[in-house]
Amino acid sequence: MALEVESREEIVDERGNEVSELVINVGPSHPSTHGVCRVITHLDGEIVTKAEPVIGYLHRGIEKMAENRTYLQIVPLTDRLDYVGSMYSNWAYCRAVERLAGIRVPERAEYLRVIVCEMQRIASHMMSLGSAAGDTGAATMFIYAFDERERIVELFEELCGARLTYNYVRPGGVSYDTPEDWFDTLLEFTRKHRTALHEMDRLFFGNVIARGRMKGIGVLSAADAVGWGASGPVARGSGVNWDLRKHDSYSVYPRFDFDVPTGSNGDAYDRARCRLFECFESCRIIEQAVAQIGEGPFKAEGAPRLLKPRPGEAYDHIESARGSLGVYIVSDGSERPYRVKFRSPAFCNLALLPLLAQGHTLSDLVVILGSLDPVFGEVDR
Amino acid sequence: MSGSVFTGYTGGLIWGLGGGLVIAIATLFGVWWERKVAGRIQMRLGPQTTGPFGLLQTVADMVKLLLKEDITPTQADAPVFRVAPLIVFVPIAMAVTVIPFAAGWAPLDTSVGMLFFLAVPSVSVIGILMAGWSSGNSYATLGGLRGAAQMISYELPRTLSVLSVVLLAGSLRPVEVMEAWRWWFIPLNGIGFLVYFISSVAECNRGPFDIPEAESELVAGYFADYSGIRWAIFMMSEYGGVIAASLFGAALFLGGWAWAPGLFGTAIFLLLTVVLVTAMIWIKWTFPRMRMDQLMNTAWKVLTPMALLQIAIIGVVIAWL
Repeated sequence: MALEVESREEIVDERGNEVSELVINVGPSHPSTHGVCRVITHLDGEIVTKAEPVIGYLHRGIEKMAENRTYLQIVPLTDRLDYVGSMYSNWAYCRAVERLAGIRVPERAEYLRVIVCEMQRIASHMMSLGSAAGDTGAATMFIYAFDERERIVELFEELCGARLTYNYVRPGGVSYDTPEDWFDTLLEFTRKHRTALHEMDRLFFGNVIARGRMKGIGVLSAADAVGWGASGPVARGSGVNWDLRKHDSYSVYPRFDFDVPTGSNGDAYDRARCRLFECFESCRIIEQAVAQIGEGPFKAEGAPRLLKPRPGEAYDHIESARGSLGVYIVSDGSERPYRVKFRSPAFCNLALLPLLAQGHTLSDLVVILGSLDPVFGEVDR
Repeated sequence: MSGSVFTGYTGGLIWGLGGGLVIAIATLFGVWWERKVAGRIQMRLGPQTTGPFGLLQTVADMVKLLLKEDITPTQADAPVFRVAPLIVFVPIAMAVTVIPFAAGWAPLDTSVGMLFFLAVPSVSVIGILMAGWSSGNSYATLGGLRGAAQMISYELPRTLSVLSVVLLAGSLRPVEVMEAWRWWFIPLNGIGFLVYFISSVAECNRGPFDIPEAESELVAGYFADYSGIRWAIFMMSEYGGVIAASLFGAALFLGGWAWAPGLFGTAIFLLLTVVLVTAMIWIKWTFPRMRMDQLMNTAWKVLTPMALLQIAIIGVVIAWL
């Protein structure tokens, strides 16, 4: 990989004139790269002729580290994957472990997992929408979205003591039951959150400048979305109706009545708006789950502290805020996994950047990157 | 004020320094006011612990900026890099001197005052280009070029919009324009005021037109490599531009001191200025940023025809007067 970049490259235009192409580094330390993404951007004036993402700045070798830890010790590592959606990595990993070790999860734990993951979806989408708005310069929308996210983070803090790396979902259940009155606070939040979502929809998505900035930018066709392995709001924004909550019906999701919002144009606007509508659906799911949840244990009883699954392999996946998050575990019968592999949706979605950014301006590049919603903890792992 | 020290070269020096001082002090309040207003818009409080109502926050920031290291990047063209902030700032400070602050009085009372106000701040484009180019940084260069394209484009609708007032008043001398000012100028010049206001926001590189500095794309654009006091001078120029444009707009389009006699009129004038400054802050903190091509389209396809329409309307009305 060519890490040394020539700052200017002589190219010849169609009339045979020598023109120079400006090559700039966007990132790894740049306000709009949502972490430590580096994009080698070739510019012809303001037009991006080639955008090449360089990843690996946040590589911590989590998959390798997992091979030297016991099954339970890996859960905190998964927190560090998608650091704005830790619950998803926790849950996906735990589902794979449970499948491998044959642990049955009590119903209350499943409900709690659904509730926290839908809350996490709202929190993650608020982060995404806020920073996508920030990329277009809408500072107030950024603050409004983060204010909503803060409410959820506070609830999570009440639930498990952590604001970012929750370590909440464990093989066999969850780490704590809910505190007193927690569900009441949660329902009050979902009620207020709907109002806030409508407000954000009017403030940002109804704004003529925001529409001008995001409509028709970074158009992803449904065929490309499927072909490049895009998932989550990135695929759904292009009209691909693919949501594991519906199509795999894992956990207790079949018991809830909810819709999967899809876009039609596949541009940055549709992707972002899909996220907004998903927050409404998440509110619906949370309310139904709180109404249905019964008393009972929140951890599988009799599950061993030190898991030693029989030799074999297991794969399980969930729908995270970014798409299909898969975990593949190979066990050799010891207390440590032989191999842990994460299929991260953010990585697959980020791969679309060169395709989407070509021909747009530098200003659109950051909007497109924001609309793909990459989280580099998950991309680099 | 003829024949005194307030005319000629000494006069220019005195009023120029005065303008600079006014801008510097107004910037201190402007930054504080922006933080307060932006805070309220975003459901926050803004600065509140430094001094009463956080008034000293900007003073503290100024001290910090003065004490910071003044860095010239090794790749930069040092002399050009160092002088660029002043070339941006000085014309804006000069522009303040022609504003009619009170009945019959402007610091620099000249018969081409209107033209002076429009032409002199345009010189700061050169400073922006110099800053962008001399930094030796691709982001800064892009920012400088964007800034130049934007400011030159918005020069046109802005000048045309002011022209309608000049036509109505029949003078280029700001003081005379103000004397000719009547309340019905406001409805008559409605379109012109809108064009003036929008293109002033763009002239000052303020959001939603802060494309040259676009922190989410170009990090800070043309002043990305500046630090300390030189950076502060750029910020002062931005606020100075906002304040100067608001003063001028409040006088010519909203009537300024013509609403009431004496000092009371000046107070109303300053109040109208604060209203315009607040509107600019409000716009900045509500709207996303436009893209370069959208910005150019707005200038050439929307604002310029609007300004021409305004001139046509005034042309018809003048025939009746």
